[in-house]
Amino acid sequence: MTGPELQLQTETDWRSAWQEFPYWLIAIIGFLVLVAILIFVNPEYRQAFDFIVPGIALTARITFFGFAIAMVIGLMAGLGRVSRNTIIRNTAITYIEFIRGVPTLVLILTVSFTVVPAASNLFGFENSSVPPEARGIISLAIIYGAFMAEIFRAGIESIPSGQMEAARSLGMTYTQAMWRIILPQAVRNVSPALGNDFIAMLKDSSLLSVLAIREITQRSRLYAGSTFRFDEAYLVLTFLYLSMTIGLSLLLRWYERRLGKDGR
Amino acid sequence: MTDREDIIVVESLHKYFGDVQAVKNVNFTIRRGEVVVIVGPSGSGKSTVLRCLNHLEVPTHGAVYIDGVHLEDKKTNINAVRAEVGMVFQQFNLFNHLSVIDNVMIAQRLVRKRSKEEARSIAMQQLERVGIPEKADAYPRQLSGGQQQRVAIARSLAMEPKIMLFDEPTSALDPEMIKEVLDVMLDLAKAGMTMVVVTHEMGFGRSAADRVIFMDDGQIIEIAPPDQLYANPQHARTKLFLSKILKH
Ligand SMILES: Nc1ncnc2c1ncn2[C@@H]1O[C@H](COP(=O)(O)OP(=O)(O)OP(=O)(O)O)[C@@H](O)[C@H]1O
Ligand SMILES: [Mg+2]
Repeated sequence: MTGPELQLQTETDWRSAWQEFPYWLIAIIGFLVLVAILIFVNPEYRQAFDFIVPGIALTARITFFGFAIAMVIGLMAGLGRVSRNTIIRNTAITYIEFIRGVPTLVLILTVSFTVVPAASNLFGFENSSVPPEARGIISLAIIYGAFMAEIFRAGIESIPSGQMEAARSLGMTYTQAMWRIILPQAVRNVSPALGNDFIAMLKDSSLLSVLAIREITQRSRLYAGSTFRFDEAYLVLTFLYLSMTIGLSLLLRWYERRLGKDGR
Repeated sequence: MTDREDIIVVESLHKYFGDVQAVKNVNFTIRRGEVVVIVGPSGSGKSTVLRCLNHLEVPTHGAVYIDGVHLEDKKTNINAVRAEVGMVFQQFNLFNHLSVIDNVMIAQRLVRKRSKEEARSIAMQQLERVGIPEKADAYPRQLSGGQQQRVAIARSLAMEPKIMLFDEPTSALDPEMIKEVLDVMLDLAKAGMTMVVVTHEMGFGRSAADRVIFMDDGQIIEIAPPDQLYANPQHARTKLFLSKILKH
């Protein structure tokens, strides 16, 4: 390589490094640090923080269990979606389209106050014995199951048909080929999308405050309602969600880069 | 209905894809240990016929018998038949998430229900047979095309099939890798494997094939021993086709 070309190369590298620098991250971290300082030095913020933070355990629990159940529902519905059996496929599509056509908040109310009581009746236990937390988790799982079904479907369809043909031509059953050959590759391909849904679900767990579940959003509302310190309550709440989602999305970016490096 | 020596029997096979008739009334019989090469222009139905032999394609009419078992019979356990019929694809189709050894082991474990130890030892034998035991722990993406295709052959052989089907096994390979794959196939033919091979490699056809089938437009035009079909074809369409592939 000749001199001038080399120089040009470094110059563009330098400029693109300058342009690609993640200023947005600095701005967001700046905001988080600012609120953290406020919480540290200002007793009123401190008080709001101390009141809201115990709700994190509940927020985390709802998100984890909701996500785990949504994965199972999503996988089943996703497999149903690609099934060649007309009844199974249409059942899956009905579920997916139904959920996608109704707002999340409305679904939470419907599942909690209509579906769960009906199911309790059907299985013969007391409706009032189902705690609001469980209703919330079930609602989120049913809602996200539909979105994750579409992710799994896309993942399965992204695997070249030759993989299924090779597996079947060795004598594997459809189920064996699906679970041992197709799904491991599909899940790996869609793991970033699943991660995004985990973050989305963490945010949507705030909607469960309508069920009076005392996760962090509900706690902030209670705090604001009783003290009239709205700034403190909602800035602290924003701070908590943003730290969790930014942390998770940075983790996800790192994982995606690693995935990309490994090749596929 | 068939001689025990006739391991593959195809009777009036027809296959439609929508309005397209890919295969028109194809009949042939292949004897145990025979090596048959199929040639023909693109779209002539070679792959479709081959894929009917292990029921990857379901014929619209007609019957395929593998070792006396009628594939289109509802009561036939197709997975059991497929375990006896290996298939090698143009695009290799190795399982990308599994190491080479796991590629060769997985169907032995799931379909043949072999123990881990047994499956591993058979897998190693087959990898030695195709000449790449040292790649056992590599992943498909780390291998050249020729190496991947040899692993694919080992994967099929590990099932100890009675029949091996090859669909243009060297067409996706760089020229310098074609020989390593053909050599493995030649050894297999010498060892007495029943083989049906779609390939335009005349060298392989000449030295390994007992018969060559020429297909055009979904039909069998001519079946003859290789020296006769390649050197002295009886039909104008065969001549035309051969003159085209000989040009390059
Ligand atoms: N899955 C399919 N759906 C629709 N049409 C198909 C399908 N598979 C094959 N065909 C059509 O059937 C005909 C025969 O195809 P086939 O793949 O058997 O030919 P081939 O001889 O193997 O050709 P090539 O040398 O290109 O591989 C072609 O017209 C092809 O377009
Ligand atoms: Mg073909």
